[in-house]
Amino acid sequence: MGQTLAEKIFSSHCGKKVHAGDFVLADLDLVMAHDTTCAWALEPFYQIATRVFDPKKIFIPFDHAFPSPNVAMSKLQAEIRKFAEEQGIPISFEGVCHQVMSERLINPGNLILGADSHSPTGGGVGALTIGVGSTDAAIAMATGKAWFRVPETIRINITGKLPHGCYSKDVVLTVAREMGPDGANYRVIEYGGETVEGFNVPARLTLTNMSAEMGAKAAVVAPDDQTRAYLKDNDRFIEFENLLSDTDARFERVLHFDVSRLKPMIACPPDIDNDVPVEDVQAEKVAVDQVFIGSCTNCRIEDLEVVYGMWLGKQLKPGLRVIVTPASRKVYIQALQRGYIEEFVKMGAVVSSPGCGPCLGRAGGVLYDNEVCVSTSNRNFEGRMGSPKAKIYLASPATAAASAITGYITDPRAFVN
Amino acid sequence: MNWKFGDNINTDLITPGRYNITTDPKELAKACFIEYRPEFRQNVKPGDFIIAGNNFGCGSSRETAPVSLKHSEIRAVIAKSYARIFFRNAINLGLLCVIADTDGIDAADELELNIQSQVLKNRTKGQEIRVQIPSMMLRLYEEGGIIPYLKKHGLSALGDLEKF
Repeated sequence: MGQTLAEKIFSSHCGKKVHAGDFVLADLDLVMAHDTTCAWALEPFYQIATRVFDPKKIFIPFDHAFPSPNVAMSKLQAEIRKFAEEQGIPISFEGVCHQVMSERLINPGNLILGADSHSPTGGGVGALTIGVGSTDAAIAMATGKAWFRVPETIRINITGKLPHGCYSKDVVLTVAREMGPDGANYRVIEYGGETVEGFNVPARLTLTNMSAEMGAKAAVVAPDDQTRAYLKDNDRFIEFENLLSDTDARFERVLHFDVSRLKPMIACPPDIDNDVPVEDVQAEKVAVDQVFIGSCTNCRIEDLEVVYGMWLGKQLKPGLRVIVTPASRKVYIQALQRGYIEEFVKMGAVVSSPGCGPCLGRAGGVLYDNEVCVSTSNRNFEGRMGSPKAKIYLASPATAAASAITGYITDPRAFVN
Repeated sequence: MNWKFGDNINTDLITPGRYNITTDPKELAKACFIEYRPEFRQNVKPGDFIIAGNNFGCGSSRETAPVSLKHSEIRAVIAKSYARIFFRNAINLGLLCVIADTDGIDAADELELNIQSQVLKNRTKGQEIRVQIPSMMLRLYEEGGIIPYLKKHGLSALGDLEKF
């Protein structure tokens, strides 16, 4: 029987040919734990080990609450820093873990463990990047291994030319509406089809990222020439063999989406599958208190290019809080060099340092009761960004940018050149 | 008593991000459902059950959510299904999470869980429900979690989990 792309990656990391349902103890190429989840990994780590298996294969970014917003968080970061110094692991302040890993560390065909639920993001580079909790991260840091049940794969084919004003975020919100919050629980989602083949890696990362919201264990796009171009862009080109599911591989389900008539989509609070066309919400004239353009889902340079193009020559709605948080230091520098940041700041947007920003309600834009936020991030859960009475709408950077101009939830198509 | 919840109870509802700023399990237990069900932390008693629908523990991978439940000293979570990372964390921590049809269970029902026979007795309603507890969860629950298991049997015992 043939193998799926995911089964091939598991096989190459456990030394035997495996299929869905098999139990494996796999070797990991990289282990990631960040400023929150790493804190919880320290105690279990020292219970079972004194040294990490390989400091070069461990990545510790401070991104969820960095720079630290309070003394309690500073204490956790000090504990992690002490561990990292002891083990010879440099701490990264370069931005959101998944973005930085995609730019710098993830190679096609890798098997990577991340102590963060949005770890599937890295599958946009053609790897299997799997989210776990802190105890698994501790064991992986000690041994370089993790146990897995090889998951079934759901293949999602996307075809059709994306209409004006629609982006990969609109595509994945459409997929989420169909899949629901547990439609891919324990499964790998493999995205393919002509639309996905045409997406560059930054656009693919939005698809794989949001797959976490459907419960996916991992999400992957077969690495190809787009992946080669991405590695080149990041000055770390390496040759790799194309990695595809076999023609006789077994998929648990195959879904097909034709996006040629897609409209810009928005996920209404408080569920990820509560997705409707933005024009429907626009008709309700929903006033916005805060716009957040950031997170591992959507704040790459391609996203900021869209925002810049829409805002040029316009004004932001007076009084509206607009927060732009570049996903990484690299994105920040690119946006500075292209003049985007100067323009955003002149217009009255707040540009904050690369990291998770207000996505998880820790700092830098915490919402109050009944406030409405349009966010390019990935979770609209009750209380996610602050008060449980606040309302979070998830959309593309274009929809967020259009809403920042008008002050209410706005279909971007009239504003996109 | 039982604390009854619906579908898709995410880890932001169990331990909201703003309260995830300590590694002290007792402090975290005080944050359990702090905004979503504020009376939980005041009234939860050792041996209580959490009863839920589908996809319990979805969302963030934060281990603070199962830690806060474990240190609230509940007997078990009983849900129709669990989100993957939460379930994996619960296995690792030795937090008992069992799978069952929870529709007929009310908050006031008196429940008795037998993990060996995998039967849940509802004394109030005079019913017996079959529950599922995967063997790895049961074994690591009995070991007190994966860390006590690895301490006792050595790191190479990671490869033995398959045999459970």
